[in-house]
Amino acid sequence: MNNWQNFTKGILKENPILVLVLGTCPTLATTSSAINGMSMGLATMFVLVLSNIAISLVAKIIPDKVRIPCYIVVIAAFVTIVDLLMQAYVPAIYATLGIFIPLIVVNCILLGRAESFASKNGALASAIDGLGMGVGYTLALTVLGAIREILGSLSVFGWKFAQGDGILLFVLAPGAFFGLAFLIALVKKINK
Amino acid sequence: MQYILIIIAAIFVNNIVLTQFLGICPFLGVSNKVKTSMGMGAAVVFVMVLSTTVTWLIYTYILAKFNIEFMQTVTYILVIAGLVQMIELILKKISPSLYQALGVFLPLITTNCTILGVALLVIQKNYNLITSVLFAIGMSVGFTLALVILAGIREHIDKLSIPKGMKGIPIVLIIAGILAMAFMGFSGMIK
Repeated sequence: MNNWQNFTKGILKENPILVLVLGTCPTLATTSSAINGMSMGLATMFVLVLSNIAISLVAKIIPDKVRIPCYIVVIAAFVTIVDLLMQAYVPAIYATLGIFIPLIVVNCILLGRAESFASKNGALASAIDGLGMGVGYTLALTVLGAIREILGSLSVFGWKFAQGDGILLFVLAPGAFFGLAFLIALVKKINK
Repeated sequence: MQYILIIIAAIFVNNIVLTQFLGICPFLGVSNKVKTSMGMGAAVVFVMVLSTTVTWLIYTYILAKFNIEFMQTVTYILVIAGLVQMIELILKKISPSLYQALGVFLPLITTNCTILGVALLVIQKNYNLITSVLFAIGMSVGFTLALVILAGIREHIDKLSIPKGMKGIPIVLIIAGILAMAFMGFSGMIK
């Protein structure tokens, strides 16, 4: 598999949310608007790329039996870095995403990629894999966020394109479930 | 009275799965049968109450005392992983029958974001120890409730004719969405 295929597989064919259905909690919780969804996606991508690189470098040294706790500590360290950086530089977004930033640690995508890709491949391939998966994740979150924002508050990325109120339901919890359901069904159809 | 309100609010009004979006993975993954979902729910109640107590104590008496709150995420995830492993070992020795019932679900719980989520939430909300434990009980019971309801519905949808594209995860998400709408009815019950 060349680098390009390695990169693009995460975007549609093996999209972490829409095909593999990993990391659904932040997907549903943070996509009340396109901007929120995108920031969550970018934060996750940052951690994913760095943890993939770090794990691919140390994978050979770590004994097989304790590898999962080791991976989790590596991931948790990068999550703490993102957490502190966001708190310092984008406090408004940090406040809306709230608890879901520290919860990146238990996002199944990170441990999943560490276990199934980074531990078996070199640093460059792992970085590209992380980048591809991260872009796929960010895209999915942004699209879902945009759909919910358009239907729910008649705006895109904060820009209001029509007067009046949207269907409030889509900004609230049920809309997240409905939106994701139709997005997954759509991607299933495209991939066939 | 105040304590009863906390529990009711945690179970219905702020249901952890359907309004807070924590623990969606097991919610979708372990909701095929009512029986297994009950087992998973019981394991979550057990682990969440214990882990919230332990992490609360660690935060208050170690992290906050030495001003190293930034280590919260790393410490919590390690403590939870260790705790789950320990519970598994102790259960195996003390109560094999309980281990039989919960055993399979315990390793899965480490990566269940409800556990870490509630541990972080009680600190964010500045709860004291008793309130934290009650909050954990309410949240985990709410998780079990949502899981069992979904499993009950899922046992029946196999018999229906569902559009091809919606089979599997999409239809489960639609059901979850409708459940979330039902739970929205509780909002405003407690201010």
